[in-house]
Amino acid sequence: MGLTTARYWREVPQRYRMEAGECTACGEIHFPPRRICMKCGKQKFETVVLPDTGKVITWTVIRVAPDEFTDLSPYAVCLVELENGVRLMSQLVDVDLDEIEMGLPVKIEFRRIREDGADGVLFYGYKVVPA
Amino acid sequence: MAGIIGYGAYVPRQRIKVEEIAKVWGADAPSYKKGLMLEEKSVPAPDQDVITMSVEATRNAIKRAGIDPKEIGCIYIGSESHPYAVKPSGTVVAEAIGATPDIHCADMEFACKAGSEGMYVSFGLVTAGLVKYGLGIGADTSQGAPGDALEYSAAAGAAAFLFGKDNVVAEVRETYAYMTDTPDFWRREYEHYPKHGGRFTGEPAYFQHTLSCATGTMERAGMTPEDFTFAIFHQPNGKFPLRAALKLGFTREQIVPGWLSPRLGNTYSGASPIGLSATLDVAKPGDTILMVSYGSGSGSDGFVFEVTDKIDEVRNLAPLTTDYLDKNKIYLDYGTYAKYRGKIRKG
Amino acid sequence: MRDVAVIGVGLSAWGEVWKQSLRDLITEAAVNAVDDAGVEKLDAMFIGCMSGGLFAGQEHIGALAADYLGMGPIPATRTESACASAGTAFRTGLMAVASGYHDVVLAGGVEKMTDVDGGATTRALAAAADQEYEAYHGVTFPGLYAMMAVAHMAKYGTTREQLAMVAVKNHRNGAMNPHGQSPFEVTLEQVLTATRVADPLRILDCSPVTDGAAAAILCPLDMVSRFTKSQAIRVTGSGQATDTIALHQRKDICAIESAALAAKVAYDMAGVGPGDIDFAEVHDCFTIAEIMVTEALGFCEQGQGGKAVEAGETALDGRIPINTSGGLKSKGHPVGATGIAQIHEIVTQLRGNAGGRQVKDAKRGLAQNMGGTGASSTVHILEVI
Ligand SMILES: [Zn+2]
Repeated sequence: MGLTTARYWREVPQRYRMEAGECTACGEIHFPPRRICMKCGKQKFETVVLPDTGKVITWTVIRVAPDEFTDLSPYAVCLVELENGVRLMSQLVDVDLDEIEMGLPVKIEFRRIREDGADGVLFYGYKVVPA
Repeated sequence: MAGIIGYGAYVPRQRIKVEEIAKVWGADAPSYKKGLMLEEKSVPAPDQDVITMSVEATRNAIKRAGIDPKEIGCIYIGSESHPYAVKPSGTVVAEAIGATPDIHCADMEFACKAGSEGMYVSFGLVTAGLVKYGLGIGADTSQGAPGDALEYSAAAGAAAFLFGKDNVVAEVRETYAYMTDTPDFWRREYEHYPKHGGRFTGEPAYFQHTLSCATGTMERAGMTPEDFTFAIFHQPNGKFPLRAALKLGFTREQIVPGWLSPRLGNTYSGASPIGLSATLDVAKPGDTILMVSYGSGSGSDGFVFEVTDKIDEVRNLAPLTTDYLDKNKIYLDYGTYAKYRGKIRKG
Repeated sequence: MRDVAVIGVGLSAWGEVWKQSLRDLITEAAVNAVDDAGVEKLDAMFIGCMSGGLFAGQEHIGALAADYLGMGPIPATRTESACASAGTAFRTGLMAVASGYHDVVLAGGVEKMTDVDGGATTRALAAAADQEYEAYHGVTFPGLYAMMAVAHMAKYGTTREQLAMVAVKNHRNGAMNPHGQSPFEVTLEQVLTATRVADPLRILDCSPVTDGAAAAILCPLDMVSRFTKSQAIRVTGSGQATDTIALHQRKDICAIESAALAAKVAYDMAGVGPGDIDFAEVHDCFTIAEIMVTEALGFCEQGQGGKAVEAGETALDGRIPINTSGGLKSKGHPVGATGIAQIHEIVTQLRGNAGGRQVKDAKRGLAQNMGGTGASSTVHILEVI
């Protein structure tokens, strides 16, 4: 399988708690956090938690899914712009696939993202639902 | 005095109606609806489980409590459907809410009573001064075997309660627990669905323990049914809690806010906790609440709560229980439900 | 820096090639290119390959290619930039010759994709996206381009039909290409009703899974007189650029900035602009990609790519013919080979050997190759000497 426990575990602060890095010099917020600011190049950051609401910037409905996701198919994924302007990619669930539109208000919910087979580790993280 | 400082519920959006299940198994829907007093039940989405619902319920509780999660000293999730047989649910929830690493954690299991156990122990540790804040959660995504009576009721939901000594929303005035060994419902290791003793689950099990615990709790508190504004009893279906309430001398009106099973189903470890959450949503300062859980095997936990002035400040800081119950429902057909619940054998 | 020319090109068998392995494919393409150029020996090789490991369990492609071509012990290096792996192999070979390090260099690319099942293919391709913040969530490559399409349609009014017209056009060209994997025409109706992959994209909006390899031989321009077997073509411009690996961190998801930046470098180097290009091969891994790249390369205004294809401006007889080979869409897309296969088409057109799909008076062609959702782009401009 592709995803190992260690690789999953390393991203827990982002996946569970939406932790991002805010550049202390210019205020740019990076999700996921980075070592070097994309905007000003400085290297000092403070950990901030992203807001849990935003809107859909673009989306699609995946109908041919990777193996780990075929049971969910068809499912929506979207680019979300959170209230503070930070963007992230997420599944959009609990939604009528025909009623997704640009600007749809959404909020973050904690969900199971995938699993390593029936006897492997469960991988959790964020998805969005209509707000 | 210690008590609840924040509370929150979570119920998935998916529902399936009794008629839809009955149609598949050739059962008589009207008699099920009347016999069990059930209309529909909640169903977890394929990406939801005890852990995810517990995180959402707890986030709501933290919003109402307005505390720093780092100060939560213990987390106890009660469930009979923890996603792992071995590996705690509580660690994921604690990490997701930012409460690690200075926290005590244990997953609890006692059929449908595990949620109130988590509350009971959290309250005890707070009262003893061992932790500043304690978190007790009841959550389940229970399953009934296809076609079994349980399939009509086994639902999904969670409620979380934060206990502390400051800014209390509902003081805990009394606690009491009643327990015997009565095997009315069980699931053996490696089995997918639980089994039950049919009508044996009624009088000697549910009613014996629920009524005895309620009576014992009230005696200790020096209270009678008339002294309570509201009461919540474990609700494996719509009928049992109503009958228990009436037998004890409570009125229908006293249980209405927390009597959710007719439109929610049985959320097992979540059932009486979600009932309490819904009751707190409508309670006024000074109201008194009796809550009695029940878990097969068998036992009941009893609590007497007295609501404080603080309730009006926190109520709208998170979604109400009825928001989850009544808004944005998605109705499933049996095929989709069976797929979501892993009831279709693929290989 | 020395000026550089392409003196030979070659392709392997192309499509679902059950009888040939990864090493068979790259060897066949290399042999054809060496024969076309009429060279005896090579000084170095650069081989693009996106995922020999995930598709064929084989890494260390540079040494493998040199070994089986009988060119060991020359230096041989693999380049990887996802689907732009061969574009970067070409550019690396170009730099090696231009710098004077090597004289006769083979730049190639290969991918053997059909030895694994569909799920493994999807996973291997998704490795070009951000594993932790895109693929983790079940986002596929068609899904990422579909999201770019939805945004482009909302912002610029690009229509579902215009996307389909890209496929219709490229299949029309591809039907005249003997090397293509899907050398047949498709109708607008067929594209619009094909199996849905990631809304709004359907299966005929997507390039296929392909086995194949391509190779080109480079040498200094002042040496072409030594190799007269085939017509030499001059490389006048080369550019490469990158962008954020993840779509969510792009400044503008409706534009492929890496292609625009790589093109600017290539145009400046060649001393030309978009209006001076006679035809182009661009990275149409999905129909929306061709529309966005048409804009990025300056062949039309930003946002007008859909209208350009609808107006026939990018057709074989249009203002700027695009993907005369059939593109990735019809010709096929062995991911690590595509960048050099594009060079093969440019050279074929500039030599006047493109048969029914020949662009009249083709003197200068452009090839744009792209990795991921545009996190890597290469652009090359080739001209008749
Ligand atoms: Zn900065």
